[in-house]
Amino acid sequence: MTENILLNTVDEKLKAKFGDAIISSEQSYDFPVFVIKREKIFDVVKFLKEDSELAFEFLTTLCGLHYPDNKGQELGVMYQLHNLPKNWRIRLKIFFPINDPEVPTLTSLFSSANWQERQEYDFYGIIFKGHPDLKRILNMDEMNYHPMRKEYALEDGTRTDKDDSMFGR
Amino acid sequence: MKFEADQILKEAGKQFSTLNLGPTHPATHGIFQNVLKMDGEIIVDAEPTVGYIHRAFEKIAERRPFYQVTPLTDRLNYCSSPINNMGWHMTVEKLIKCEIPKRAQYLRVIIMELARITDHLVCNSVIGVDSGAMTGFLYVFQLREHVYEIYEEICGARLTTNIGRIGGMERDFNETAWKKLNLFVEELPKKLEEFEKLLVRNRIFMDRTIGVGKISAERALNYGFTGPNLRATGVDYDVRVMNPYSSYEDFKFIIPVGKSGDVYDRFMVRQQEMWESFSIIKQAIKNMPDGPFHAEVPEFYLPPKEEVYNNMEALIYHFKIVMGESEVPKGEVYHCVEGGNGELGFYLISDGGRCAYRLHFRRPCFIYYQAYPEIIKGAMLSDAILTLSAMNVIAGELDA
Repeated sequence: MTENILLNTVDEKLKAKFGDAIISSEQSYDFPVFVIKREKIFDVVKFLKEDSELAFEFLTTLCGLHYPDNKGQELGVMYQLHNLPKNWRIRLKIFFPINDPEVPTLTSLFSSANWQERQEYDFYGIIFKGHPDLKRILNMDEMNYHPMRKEYALEDGTRTDKDDSMFGR
Repeated sequence: MKFEADQILKEAGKQFSTLNLGPTHPATHGIFQNVLKMDGEIIVDAEPTVGYIHRAFEKIAERRPFYQVTPLTDRLNYCSSPINNMGWHMTVEKLIKCEIPKRAQYLRVIIMELARITDHLVCNSVIGVDSGAMTGFLYVFQLREHVYEIYEEICGARLTTNIGRIGGMERDFNETAWKKLNLFVEELPKKLEEFEKLLVRNRIFMDRTIGVGKISAERALNYGFTGPNLRATGVDYDVRVMNPYSSYEDFKFIIPVGKSGDVYDRFMVRQQEMWESFSIIKQAIKNMPDGPFHAEVPEFYLPPKEEVYNNMEALIYHFKIVMGESEVPKGEVYHCVEGGNGELGFYLISDGGRCAYRLHFRRPCFIYYQAYPEIIKGAMLSDAILTLSAMNVIAGELDA
């Protein structure tokens, strides 16, 4: 299994360098997933990018997550890195409380993080500390909430004509 | 021609004018606003505003059963919606671990490559329009129309196709579809060659495009470029080869790369890719395997209508699918396909509920459009228009 080799290689390297900043590592479908302490995310990504063997030089995507039931760890960010020559892909995740949604920015490592971080700020209210121009991108500036958070149900809660409580889980 | 924007900005006593390009301007082919700081005709600074057609697809997808997300993906890159549809189907198939029959995979490949051809045709002919050659644009739209007629025969729709189903195709190609497809394969080379004759070695076109809108491979990678725009800089990254899906490993094709990453290289890469797509379609038609056109996944694949009316089991599954009651495994998957303009990714978290817990689209346009200000700084206004159309920024995908 080449996939597990990748998981183990990255895991060993990260654990040797950052110790207990790596909270967990597992294989999810075809991706190795690492959960990292939020404070260390910038250093971890920098290390992954600059290490000569790992060389994850391409930030594929990043997106915000919201789990309202995980008290104290409600919000999260998922990053996907890619080593193009070796075709290695990994996923990193961080979680943090919703009252303190500050995360170090990756814009100094990847220019592509700029708008993606703005998008997640727009959607989830995640503050990317050090971001050069952190403002809303897709929604209008006057909006006073972060619409992708789970407390904003898609349907208007006051409507009674669209009751589908009979169906669905 | 390229000027040193930073130097111009520093010059003492200069006054700059602000030009509001867009949001609705015929030259931008979509709703893009750029607030440009101009020194005469030279752009010294640019600030794009996006989000004019933001439709909150990621939020809507959290309330829709999986089969209802397909029409949302149509509206991402609407120049090649079948690729988006297939990408989404494959994401769900990865989640539910469903193996698709070979025939369905080949049918999908044909449709995806047709979509790639139309996408590139639109982009390349629009580069022609923006550099002053209207004829090619009108000419190749006839080709595009023929592709749309093939779609119509397969799924009934033309632009927002909603083609294919989770688990395979909704139906096999009928006789008319094959006839139209064969006709298209016959006429494509002649028309494409004629289109190339019009532009590839055209003096005016070359003068207008070579060296315009340049970006280096290093900067392109840092900006997360994928697709033809990245390949134009010389990086041979193509998802179809790196992570083959839908049996792409069975086909023989080359990945064309450019060298300087300018408008001309992007044009040429797309042009060559159309020939490669054409060759893939021919291979797929020639080696089309027999067999079923969908997998046996009754929990997800809508049964044919006759069976729903006459067969209890089919009726139950139909009801379960339509009401979003199918059992979905918990898990998170990422699947990417080579879209018309880059790596189109779907990141799906399922918590076992009736809809996606979180669905994130990796939209190639959104990621590489941020490089636009850097590329056009120091360029002339007319070159900026050309750069925008050569980057193939599609508003639907940009704003999702």
